[in-house]
Amino acid sequence: MAHLVCEVVYRGIFQKNLASRITRGIVLSARKAGKWGIAFGRYGDSPQRNGIPAKDFAIVADSHEELEQHMARYEPKELHVTICVDDTLSKGVESWAWYGLQPINRLLLPDGHLLMTSLQSPAALLRDIHKKETPYHLWILPGQASFSGLWVYKEDHTEARILGALAKIEPQVLSLDAVAAAIREAEWGSDLKVESARKAYERIGGRRVEPTEGNPEVPYSFEMPKWWEMREGLTIPSIPVGKPVEGGKGYRPERNPYFKKYTTRTMRPVIDFDTCVKCTLCWIQCPDSCFDVTPDGLYDANMESCCGCGVCEAVCPVKDCITMVNESAFEDNQSQWGLWRQGKDAYQVWLREKIQDRATTVRSHGFRYRGQYEEELAAGPLETGGGALASGIPGENAGRKGVAPPVRAEKATSIVTGVPEAPGA
Amino acid sequence: MAVLTKPTKPSAGEEQELLISGSEAVAEALTLADLDVVTAYPIRPYDTVMQAIAKKIANGKLVAEYIVAEGEHSQFEIVKHASTVGARVFCGSSGVGWMYAMEAITVTPALRVPMVALVGNRALDDPGAFGVEHNDALSVRDLGWLLVWIDTAQEALDTTLIAYRVAEDRRVLLPVAISADGAFLTHSQALTRVPPQEWVKKFLPPYDRGDLTLHPDNPITVAPQVNEDWVIEIRRQNNAATERAYGVIEEAYADFRKIFGRGPDNPWFEEYMTEDAEVILIGMGTLSLPVKVAIRKMREDGKKVGLIRLRWFRPFPYERLAHAVRRARVIGVIDRDYSFGSPFGSGVVANEVRAALYNAEHRPPLIGFICGLGGREVTLEDVHKATDICAAAARAGRAERGTYWLGVRE
Repeated sequence: MAHLVCEVVYRGIFQKNLASRITRGIVLSARKAGKWGIAFGRYGDSPQRNGIPAKDFAIVADSHEELEQHMARYEPKELHVTICVDDTLSKGVESWAWYGLQPINRLLLPDGHLLMTSLQSPAALLRDIHKKETPYHLWILPGQASFSGLWVYKEDHTEARILGALAKIEPQVLSLDAVAAAIREAEWGSDLKVESARKAYERIGGRRVEPTEGNPEVPYSFEMPKWWEMREGLTIPSIPVGKPVEGGKGYRPERNPYFKKYTTRTMRPVIDFDTCVKCTLCWIQCPDSCFDVTPDGLYDANMESCCGCGVCEAVCPVKDCITMVNESAFEDNQSQWGLWRQGKDAYQVWLREKIQDRATTVRSHGFRYRGQYEEELAAGPLETGGGALASGIPGENAGRKGVAPPVRAEKATSIVTGVPEAPGA
Repeated sequence: MAVLTKPTKPSAGEEQELLISGSEAVAEALTLADLDVVTAYPIRPYDTVMQAIAKKIANGKLVAEYIVAEGEHSQFEIVKHASTVGARVFCGSSGVGWMYAMEAITVTPALRVPMVALVGNRALDDPGAFGVEHNDALSVRDLGWLLVWIDTAQEALDTTLIAYRVAEDRRVLLPVAISADGAFLTHSQALTRVPPQEWVKKFLPPYDRGDLTLHPDNPITVAPQVNEDWVIEIRRQNNAATERAYGVIEEAYADFRKIFGRGPDNPWFEEYMTEDAEVILIGMGTLSLPVKVAIRKMREDGKKVGLIRLRWFRPFPYERLAHAVRRARVIGVIDRDYSFGSPFGSGVVANEVRAALYNAEHRPPLIGFICGLGGREVTLEDVHKATDICAAAARAGRAERGTYWLGVRE
């Protein structure tokens, strides 16, 4: 009696069709071997919202009765495989359906498998992925956060590659031949995609992750109130007016104490406080009131409430003053202004490192000009994310901002931790 | 336990197996039924059905008028009129969308309009929420609509075909609302068999209103204003049509089994391990899955527990139900709805079952459970807890309380 319970964690809108293709592909592949299956999305999620983390599930089993056994819990609580198609979710999942922060490996069974598409190294990913009490396996399928299946975006074979990799990881449930047969019959399938699945099957590599490894932070969570503790009449307290800070010189808006946005974003603004002209545009235009006013009249994006939309970068009139940078370049949510105040020279080094690295300033959940994706595809093989990225800094100011060539392939020394990392670590 | 008839050799064509959601299964059935007019206005989870139909039309699989209304009220008005001139029609909604159409929904049964509607069950506002509750569809239970609850994508497809057959039968001519649990059914894709067109043609005759057709060749006026000299007779007619539906539904399922080689012997409810059950749980819709899985476990432990999953709520199978529970020592009804201030504070189904048993010879204690509201899962633990409460009542010979709420943060 074999069965397999999988989830696909993805970003709303951009990867909705991709996730659905993967879960359907799992069920249809298993069906080729005479098994039963079901594919479904987590209903409480809101996959129609840009970039909001969401989940799809696939369950397959030898018999219909065994399938029912595992479907009886509508949202599976224990998984054999978590598939994550955007590596910024390695920091955890905050969806519409779920309050607090759920580590990406949270539902994995002991010795389960976490399969991620990423261009990062396992060591880099494990700085973000939370520690887990039981060991599991981390598999990395080289590639960027894919948009395969989304409207006009070109097929990059991600769904086929994931299915091929899964045949390697769970051979007792999915054979490569079954996967190939299912891909051929899928409306999005082709012989080329079958070839991609085979390549992924041959090349995918994984490593065991011990309970000692990973981000030691305790994920943000809170307890929900009992029915008699809740206020009646469907009323909730409003967010109060903010408070002055540092003797009235600065100001911090009050924010929702329950809903943080630590992983809602895929990018965050990096701010050059030395060139800021205090025009207030970022502060006024931010749809989430995420900017704190500092005692010296600057604007500091607070990472508890930034959802990474990029509006601040778009409205900032100063060259390179606000730059959106991929979340994977950061390991904490500390105040940038606090860092700048500690040492301005060191801050400039840190800032340049972040904003000049094309590996982290390119898109993660959106294209910034027409034809960018085609350029990426034309530039190189898919497995490295389409080769050198054609252009760079996202945001409507992209054309006006100079882009330096990449300075390194991997993350370099963090001035926060002081720990250097060798390429490929 | 409902016995599925063995599939007979297909008479013509072959069934196709697709991985589709309950909503897509409904769209498959509508295509096979050669639908004429469909109206749409989006609300989750019903919107998945309108999307699936739109796709069918866009892909050239279905030729039908697809009218996007400016709200649910118009949505139901448009199909009501289309049906009166002889079109096979479909529409649907969810939660407060269904309530917004209430005036149009109310007038439909009296006009003997056989529309088929899909209610993607959704909690009524406020609070704004997407999850399943059955109060939306149950709000029309007294108005002459036939109400049926489904459990799987396969049942969605089959029941849609059966619904047209029953609704359009000249002896009935009443609207049918098919209730599908939001999420659990509308958004889950399961392996589903889609029959060939020839089988459906054999099962479902063309819609013919005969002398009730609104057409220049058949000059009639529909829905004149009347006074107290007329109304109660009109209600009496509606009641007679609803009573005739019992026989027509039996007939439709029997024919369905003959032609499609599947489907239940008992159209009204599914029985699972009830033959020797001391505790019989009753519920509607997809909560059957955790209940069945919990029952399998309890049976392994020697506990005699069974499930009756109601399909048809209107007309209500009260005689057959009383017969099915004649040997039970206690009944537990799990309601995915509420009825504030009702007898015993129970849900709608529990009180309906109480009423059905009032004149029965055997009247075991009955306990209501309110569970899974707003889309919360009915968990295996909830089912075990309900069964334990029932078992204690069976031992005592009486129920201590009429109703329990399960799965609430207490």
